[in-house]
Amino acid sequence: MSGTGGREAILGSIRRSLGRGPLDETARAALDEKLAKPAPNIVPARTDISQDERIALFTSMAESVFATVERVSGAHAVPGAVADYLAGQNLPPSLVMAPDPALDDYPWADRPMLAIRRGAAEEADRVGVTGALMGFAETGTLMMASGPDHPSTLNFLPETHVVVLPAERIGGAYEEGWAKLRADGEGATGAGFMPRTVNLVTGPSRTADIEQTITLGAHGPRRLHIVIVDGDAP
Amino acid sequence: METTSRAFVANAREGLQDADLQRSLARFQGGFQVKRVEAAKRLPEFEALRDQARAIKDHTLAHLDHYLERFEEQVTAAGGSVHWCQTPADARRVILSLCQDAGARTVTKSKSMIAEEMELNPFLEEHGIEPVETDLGEYVVQLADERPSHIIAPAVHKTKDQVADLFHEKHTPLGRTRRLDRVEELVEEAREVLRPRYLAADAGITGANFLIAETGSSAVVTNEGNADLTQILPRVHIVIATLEKVVPTLEDATTIMRVLARSATGQEFSTYTTVSTGPRRPGDADGPDAYHVVLLDNGRSRMLGSEFRDVLRCIKCGACMNHCPVYGTVGGHAYGWVYPGPVGAVLTPNLIGLEEARHLPNASSFCGRCEEVCPMRIPLPGLMRKLREQEFARRLSPAAVRNGIGAWAWLVRRPALYRLATGVGMRVLGILGRRRGRFTRLPLAGGWTAARDLPAPEGATFHALWRKGRRA
Repeated sequence: MSGTGGREAILGSIRRSLGRGPLDETARAALDEKLAKPAPNIVPARTDISQDERIALFTSMAESVFATVERVSGAHAVPGAVADYLAGQNLPPSLVMAPDPALDDYPWADRPMLAIRRGAAEEADRVGVTGALMGFAETGTLMMASGPDHPSTLNFLPETHVVVLPAERIGGAYEEGWAKLRADGEGATGAGFMPRTVNLVTGPSRTADIEQTITLGAHGPRRLHIVIVDGDAP
Repeated sequence: METTSRAFVANAREGLQDADLQRSLARFQGGFQVKRVEAAKRLPEFEALRDQARAIKDHTLAHLDHYLERFEEQVTAAGGSVHWCQTPADARRVILSLCQDAGARTVTKSKSMIAEEMELNPFLEEHGIEPVETDLGEYVVQLADERPSHIIAPAVHKTKDQVADLFHEKHTPLGRTRRLDRVEELVEEAREVLRPRYLAADAGITGANFLIAETGSSAVVTNEGNADLTQILPRVHIVIATLEKVVPTLEDATTIMRVLARSATGQEFSTYTTVSTGPRRPGDADGPDAYHVVLLDNGRSRMLGSEFRDVLRCIKCGACMNHCPVYGTVGGHAYGWVYPGPVGAVLTPNLIGLEEARHLPNASSFCGRCEEVCPMRIPLPGLMRKLREQEFARRLSPAAVRNGIGAWAWLVRRPALYRLATGVGMRVLGILGRRRGRFTRLPLAGGWTAARDLPAPEGATFHALWRKGRRA
């Protein structure tokens, strides 16, 4: 079926086409060296700016793809911002939240009307609240990594996705995200530092498959609301 | 996939006479072209990134065996498996057995051109497994029992009204009996109809925009999020990809991503870029239990050693078809196989044979726009010309064409005779056409005059005018 026959035949055919046999040890070592120490290629200069400017660029880029962005000062302001956003959208104050310990540091109890369940998203959930590993000013993109603290279904099943993002997690270019994953992996290499799923999310779900008319909420969230938290964020 | 590439000329004529298709085509190209130019303008590094993207793929292709082996090692380390398949039939069998092992009754699918190459949907259906396309355009095409006509906008040939009729017909049995007329309503209905299918699917099949050797990951790009619901909800995630999708590192994939969406739709970045590595981890609350990569060759390893290697850099962005005047006139179905447009004109003869697809490399005015906009700088007109040369050398074109080209070649290699013959010809035509200024019929030019008049020459050849110094 998928036995080694196909593998050897394909590798053999590749090598015939390249006019050589398997690479020798020296050549392999040189290629592996590059894999072991991945380096950024050209990185656009647009994010070569101050942190304040990065936050501003992140915000305008995210808004240009129909995300909404709110900036609040201090962890204490987060529950109110989330509750007010839901009320403003005429959404029920009931949500499923990532079991992310970082989110525990916001005083959700200050808003007792918010009904919060922690865990993965299910069919009936209308609002999901998560953190994000990073934001990239380059295109207003969020990076989210799956794990016990962040089930990926939260990013896709609920029709409204609210992301709480401490301002200092906003970086410049995507490459900073790969560097962070490697650093978080504490020396693990190859697949070792990669979570099962890394989502780069730029705005809410959309399609233009019917007459090139951009329509939001194709399969994933209709709304993506980003709360940027300044100051004493956890 | 069944091919009708042999019938390109008839297919094209049909496309020209299809008023709905012409309306759809007229709308779509302009929008994509303007958005691409604007996106490129906003990124000063765009041209340098194209150069680097090309260099990354060239390097990878020159060491393809090594990077595929490294990719497989890392997939295995992450708890997944790689299945090497030489032919579409091999790949179909592997996918079927993975689905059967999972006890699958329905599988969701996010758009993949490779699945079209292997005619996966009819094969799964024959074996009692229902494939459900989830990309909106692909869903429309599946409901209509058609084939995609564009690689990133599969239903670009359909008008909103055609989609409305189709949904009305196919969704009525589901209790959705109202005919909808707004695009938002159609998108909403597709969302509501497909949501339970995602939740019920036993396996999810996605394509891949990149395979990453460094980490054994696959990366897939969508705007709808359909590839994500397809891969995180079912028990099994099956990735299907051809060999040349591999790149060395996450950084290399990132560089190519920067030119992908900008070239395709003019977006700064697609909405969802998802990098998947192995099955779910201990402690994860969701994600698939199993992760398989079905690696399909289907002629790519052979092309690697041919003069068409450059086309293996293709990242399937669709820019060449968004800018091709021939595609924009006849539509994607005319090309008769999986890949339409300029890249299809090079890939198709290589994958299914020049005998089947000899018309496609001729379906070009060689205006050069495809090469100009290709983010991977694939010299598409040059590759089409090589195919035309092969067609001539292998005597695949009709005798009349070959003799005509032979006579032409004989003449142009004799400059004095050429100047004499064309000079006389132009003078005669100039005299004959002086009164009306155009010909409605002319011997040997029936192909031209069938659809339009031929302007009458003014009596002198370009060569003659040039020599006289009239170089305006």
